[in-house]
Amino acid sequence: MKLVADQQTIRFTLNGKPVEANIAPHHNVVEVLQNFGLFGARESCGQGLCGCCTVIVNGKAVSGCLYLAVFIDGTEVSTVEGLAPGGRLSDVQESFIENGAFQCGFCTPGFVLMVHQLLERHPDPSEEEIRHYLSGNLCRCATYPQIIEAVRSVAEKRKASAAA
Amino acid sequence: MKRATTEMHQVGRSIPRLEAREKVSGRAEYIHNLRLPGMLYGKVFRSTVAHGRIKSIDVSSAAAVNGVHRVVTAEDVKSVIPNLYYGPIFHDQPILATDKVRHVGESVAVVLAADPHIAERAAQLIEVEYEELPAVYDEVEAMKSSSPVVHEVLKPAGMFPDFQDLAGRRDTNLHLHFKLRRGDVEAAFAKADHVFEHTFHTTQIMHTPLEPIVTVAEATDSTLTLHTASQMVSVVRTEIARLLGWPENRVRVKTAFLGGGFGAKTYIKVEAIAAACALLTRLPVKIALSMEEQFYTINKHANTLRLKSAVTRDGRVTARLCEVWWNGGAYADIGPRLTQKSGFTAAGPYDIENVHIDSYAVYTHLPPAAGLRGFGIPTLTFAYESHTDLIARELGIDPVEFRRKNLLREGRPQATGTVMKDAATEAVLERLAERMSWKVPFDNGVGTVRRGRGLAIGFKASISNTTSVAIVNVYGDGSCSVYCNTVDMGQGSDTALAQIAGEVLDIPAEEIRIVHPDTHVTPYDMGTLGSRSTFHMGQAVKLAADDARDKLLALAKELGVSPETTPIRDLFRKRYGMQAGNIVGIGTFNPKSRQPDHSTGLAENITPNWMIGGTGAEVEVDTETGHVRVTKLVNVADCGTPLNPKIVDSQLSGAATMQFGCTMSEGIRFDAGQATNASLADYKIPGIRDIPAVFVNEIVEARQESGPFGAKGVGETGTFGVSAAITNAIQDAVGVRITRLPVTPEAVYRAICAERNQPLDDI
Repeated sequence: MKLVADQQTIRFTLNGKPVEANIAPHHNVVEVLQNFGLFGARESCGQGLCGCCTVIVNGKAVSGCLYLAVFIDGTEVSTVEGLAPGGRLSDVQESFIENGAFQCGFCTPGFVLMVHQLLERHPDPSEEEIRHYLSGNLCRCATYPQIIEAVRSVAEKRKASAAA
Repeated sequence: MKRATTEMHQVGRSIPRLEAREKVSGRAEYIHNLRLPGMLYGKVFRSTVAHGRIKSIDVSSAAAVNGVHRVVTAEDVKSVIPNLYYGPIFHDQPILATDKVRHVGESVAVVLAADPHIAERAAQLIEVEYEELPAVYDEVEAMKSSSPVVHEVLKPAGMFPDFQDLAGRRDTNLHLHFKLRRGDVEAAFAKADHVFEHTFHTTQIMHTPLEPIVTVAEATDSTLTLHTASQMVSVVRTEIARLLGWPENRVRVKTAFLGGGFGAKTYIKVEAIAAACALLTRLPVKIALSMEEQFYTINKHANTLRLKSAVTRDGRVTARLCEVWWNGGAYADIGPRLTQKSGFTAAGPYDIENVHIDSYAVYTHLPPAAGLRGFGIPTLTFAYESHTDLIARELGIDPVEFRRKNLLREGRPQATGTVMKDAATEAVLERLAERMSWKVPFDNGVGTVRRGRGLAIGFKASISNTTSVAIVNVYGDGSCSVYCNTVDMGQGSDTALAQIAGEVLDIPAEEIRIVHPDTHVTPYDMGTLGSRSTFHMGQAVKLAADDARDKLLALAKELGVSPETTPIRDLFRKRYGMQAGNIVGIGTFNPKSRQPDHSTGLAENITPNWMIGGTGAEVEVDTETGHVRVTKLVNVADCGTPLNPKIVDSQLSGAATMQFGCTMSEGIRFDAGQATNASLADYKIPGIRDIPAVFVNEIVEARQESGPFGAKGVGETGTFGVSAAITNAIQDAVGVRITRLPVTPEAVYRAICAERNQPLDDI
């Protein structure tokens, strides 16, 4: 008996670089990224509820564990690994470090990506906006208070540098 | 030695975690990520009945699927591991079910395929016929002689020395009965002005590490290597070597960062089945559980707890009787140890002359239970701190004043007879009262939303008679690594241990590397659990660093140079004529303590240290819906002198939030033994919106004299008081007592209606 369908080729932009991948129709985005050596998006709950698998497709955060690989054909995909080209961390990543906004680190890439998106859309978010925006990401170590601090601190720094 | 850091202290500094860059950039190493050439994925086929005799297993359809490498059953495993049974206390759990299944979700067979999707689909084609047998799920029910028996005979494992007398006991689900007998409880009850009795219940909780349980096994003729997300690499090695009948040096166990553990990744989980599959196929095998499968693999005990106290007119507790039933599920795992080690604190941090404790580990036909962040203490604290509050309320004494009157103070004997030392119980209670502004009258509000406040304190004995070994290796250029089996699962142990080694050797902690657990390389440690690493491994690392420093000083003396002015690398250059050589320091820490006496539960020196934690809560209760909103949570802890205050702070808030989940929303629901909410869609762990608006932590000034630089563990301390603080606050708000966790709006609303003498019908 044969249970798995044939492969097909998709082409997309991965962290700014054009790439192609052979995939089966049931493959999800997390699996495709693993074949590129990218493990920052990770499947945890498998239901799109925990945010560990967050990736950005055409500028929008999606759950990589539910998003079928065929749908990224022709799109621009960015992952947490794309935030630190050449090893230079983004201001959000630096702020997570300064504020101790992670513990085991398994959920951290998802949070970091969502915070980037939050600050693009709400440069000076209220605490309520922060909580609302990050409510789709779970942290079992519960580093939530420190994550809120990290977001606030980036927003303030960006504001200060924009003023200067 | 020449001071590299201009007199700067390494301990006490809030430096970021050493692995911070890897974690924020998504490049930290987890076993979850590991893929080896030629690797097969194993998908476990699981039992659909709670108790049944296996009549037949038909794997032919699964084996016939294109891409399936092999289907493995218990019979196959026996060809490489003849005796299938493992477990830290009892050898009761088979690697795969052989004659019987004892809970829904038990592992029965494994499909191996290079493509995980094929393995998963093919596993659904396996057919097993069961002869269903009667099952028992409730821990109190399971103690009755009329109940179905889970295991016909008890087979103690021998890992711990204190369970041997249970060997051969038959036809009982009670597999450990811990007894504590202090004073004359009956006489005290006979003389009491007041007697209070209350019963409490808790539910099974899923640890929910976001990196689910995972092991990759690879076998050669001489060695079996397990890459496993485990909190206990040394113990995994010992148990796998025992199963195989091999010496320990042929079993290599490695781990990486863990995406959370919380007690789920202790002892054997999927290591044994991964090992068997790798030995059978001679290919690397990865067994990675899904989130759903974790619900069938391990959970935290459900409990029934009965407390009864004798109290004088002026509010002194003179006797306390505690009965605690632990629903261990179908396999004992570490449950009996928990039943005993946490059981002896069941009367709470109070100075009570007469104490009776009966703590029962009970088998049922549910998935196995083990420790979860607190090893039973948060459950016990929920019961004794609810009970304490109820008594104070009944006597019309302020709850803080009542606790003061009965508090177990420094220098006084705990129920076991062990005298309290370096336990800042009083400071924790007093700071908590201050931070909650307890003296200020509290406005309970009017109308449909009422406010309330409550607090609770708890304590835990550190794990006793365990060993940690550490190696500090100083290299030819003066840099240094620490080799140890402590697993960093988010608690920041790499950082704290580097701070300890750095403090001794006067090297910045940021420059020290921690070599992650690899039993071929790193020395023995009992495990990363029970908040033991800061204290036990911390001391081992300190001793190893002391040893390395002494050897460096001796080398300087031998070379006739001043250790004050000569950099370490110059010592090596001078000694070997080039950059070469090592200085290796080794430290072993094994604090001695006593096991509780078998018949009385008493012992002097029962623990190397005590951890004290308290929580205060303010809540708003909607009297029309039963919804409870926690608006303020204050956690106060005695963790000795913190090594890294910022990490301690996040440990406290993390622990408190986890227990907040156990209190407010979490709980596995079972129907005929089947978990009906085994997914994050139906099982609600706290999210960022659930965090109380006011959420603060405080570390009281304290020192653990026997700990490294005055420190002791803190990973669990934030959990202790949370549940009772919240239920005490609910009673303060609306006058009803919730005695069962989790606190659902329905339970609160029903209690409010009953209080109004308008009880709702049962559905």
